[in-house]
Amino acid sequence: MKDAVASAQLPAKEAGQQAYLKIAGVVKKFGDHTAVDHVDLEIHQHEIFALLGSSGCGKSTLLRMLAGMETPTAGKILLDGQDITRLAPYNRPINMMFQSYALFPHMSVEQNIAFGLKQDGLPKDEISARVSEMLELVQMKKYATRKPYQLSGGQQQRVALARSLAKRPKLLLLDEPLGALDKKLRQQTQLELVNTLEKVGVTCIMVTHDQEEAMTMATRIGIMSEGQLLQVGTPSQIYDYPNCRFTAEFIGETNLFGGAVAVDEADRVEIDAPELGGRISIGHGITGPKGMEVWASVRPEDIRVDIRPVEPGPNRARGKVREIAYLGSYSVYHVQLGSGKVVKAMVPANRWYEAGETEPTWDDEVWISWRDDMPVVLTA
Amino acid sequence: MHNGKLSPFLKGALVVGFLFLYVPILSLIVYSFNASKLVTVWGGFSLRWYASLFENEQILSAVWLSVRIALAAAAAAVVLGTIAGLVLARFKRFPGSTLFAGMITAPMVMPEVITGLSMLLLFISLQQLIGVPTERGFFTIWVGHTTLCMAYVAVVVRSRLVEMDKNLEDAAMDLGAKPLKIFFVITLPLIAPAIASGFLLSVTLSLDDLVTTAFLSGPGSTTLPQVIFSKVRLGLNPEINALATITVLVVGSFVVLANYFMLNAQRKRDRAIAEAMRADAPKLPDVPLESLGRPGRA
Repeated sequence: MKDAVASAQLPAKEAGQQAYLKIAGVVKKFGDHTAVDHVDLEIHQHEIFALLGSSGCGKSTLLRMLAGMETPTAGKILLDGQDITRLAPYNRPINMMFQSYALFPHMSVEQNIAFGLKQDGLPKDEISARVSEMLELVQMKKYATRKPYQLSGGQQQRVALARSLAKRPKLLLLDEPLGALDKKLRQQTQLELVNTLEKVGVTCIMVTHDQEEAMTMATRIGIMSEGQLLQVGTPSQIYDYPNCRFTAEFIGETNLFGGAVAVDEADRVEIDAPELGGRISIGHGITGPKGMEVWASVRPEDIRVDIRPVEPGPNRARGKVREIAYLGSYSVYHVQLGSGKVVKAMVPANRWYEAGETEPTWDDEVWISWRDDMPVVLTA
Repeated sequence: MHNGKLSPFLKGALVVGFLFLYVPILSLIVYSFNASKLVTVWGGFSLRWYASLFENEQILSAVWLSVRIALAAAAAAVVLGTIAGLVLARFKRFPGSTLFAGMITAPMVMPEVITGLSMLLLFISLQQLIGVPTERGFFTIWVGHTTLCMAYVAVVVRSRLVEMDKNLEDAAMDLGAKPLKIFFVITLPLIAPAIASGFLLSVTLSLDDLVTTAFLSGPGSTTLPQVIFSKVRLGLNPEINALATITVLVVGSFVVLANYFMLNAQRKRDRAIAEAMRADAPKLPDVPLESLGRPGRA
């Protein structure tokens, strides 16, 4: 699982392609507050890219700058070779699907979809052809004459998508595309939306705070925090090889152990981790001096829980079960170590049954351990 | 009250309240059909006061003047008030914006005596300086009423704009519409109900206004409230009762009709929303429980 190279490289099918959208050194300041801080990003044609971050991280501001609703304080945005940094929103070959959908309430579904085409002054028959093509695409033909308030949330989302695709934009922006739907509907719509986008083949940037949505829909993800783009990569690159503590904790759950590098060889690193009460051994080298402060990230699903003592060595510790969260196919054990540190471990539901052991319960003593190819070393 | 029944006290309060509101109006209507010239003595049923009302040139010309002023003032107030409301709702906060907002609504809170007096002084000094307006009449009343009504329109339009999703305008811009076009194609249709109610409010205010008008009217330009007021000062007048009854009838039927249509539209809308919500429902059970891989449940 973890044999790929840890650098954030492009997906194979994109390799060798020229960047379609290029964001170069873009900064946006509101007074003293820097909302977007020197972001560099290249997006390739037909890609579905997700900007992921918590609210206020600058992802929406970045999206609004792409749409032209905000002007960057510094930096450049190039789309298909054209500098669009200061182009007015109504002149950009970019369309956006708004979080609230922003369907015009006084217009029917058809009129909503036709709105953008009318602004371009297309002939009437072409507009109606394009509208019915879009209605077909999102399977809303039956509802063409309805007003937005006569549609369900899911249907409104599809109309909003059709409207933003009608002008065949070079770039489609999605602002929290499924944020207004309830959870069950969202999961189903995610795949439906990706299928539609792939069918159309539009280049797409979406903004979301929902990591599941980003991982499901995007070919690549960019993690943003405090206006900076921390890491860019495929969902698995980001999950398996986070490049900093923020990403490791933001994407999925993880256990972080701080410590100093004690042994650094070509094929092995050992870290003195006081919180673990021992050493963490990692089966590959890092570039850094001995004694350097680093963090080791270990995912809950990579931690093994035993009720019998394990042989002494690195990557293991004794602890007490504090909490057990039963989640059906697996349970999350909160194990408190001697240092007071609580480690989360994900245990498959059939683990105890298959080993012929009794399930530990609250306050039982257990041993946690992991293989030396599991931790990721983080230097920031 | 919570079980849907009114307590005797509340019932009593309700009855007293409605009596308080409607007994004067009812007595006015009843006495408008009085045959006797003496307002307080019932002399049998008659329509004579209605007949004489429609022959009274003074009252008819006052009605005509009031209606013209009301429509003209409402039209002007709607244009100015919408612009003011737009500015209040859309512009970013700037130093002094609160003061500006407060100043726009000043005519609402300022005693009308002050507004009327200050406008009168303005018109008189303007006449001395540039010779216009040459006399007080339609024009001066119109300006006065517009000032008054504009403030109300601004408040109504502003609150509608604040409620409106700003993203709608952004979406229109994103789809290629330029700002002026957006205003006419998106913003204006969406605030149209507010503008309409601002217009109606202005018409009512203008028709009703006596104080400001008293300062701004001149000889030969007497509005309906002025006529009624001056007539009643000379003693109760059955003709005025007839006029008031007609007014009550017109206003009453207008309110009833408007309520009926609004309620109907709202019910239709609610039904459509409820129906649309159901459209999402059948698709919900998408993950069967077994597929979660729940173990050991035979």
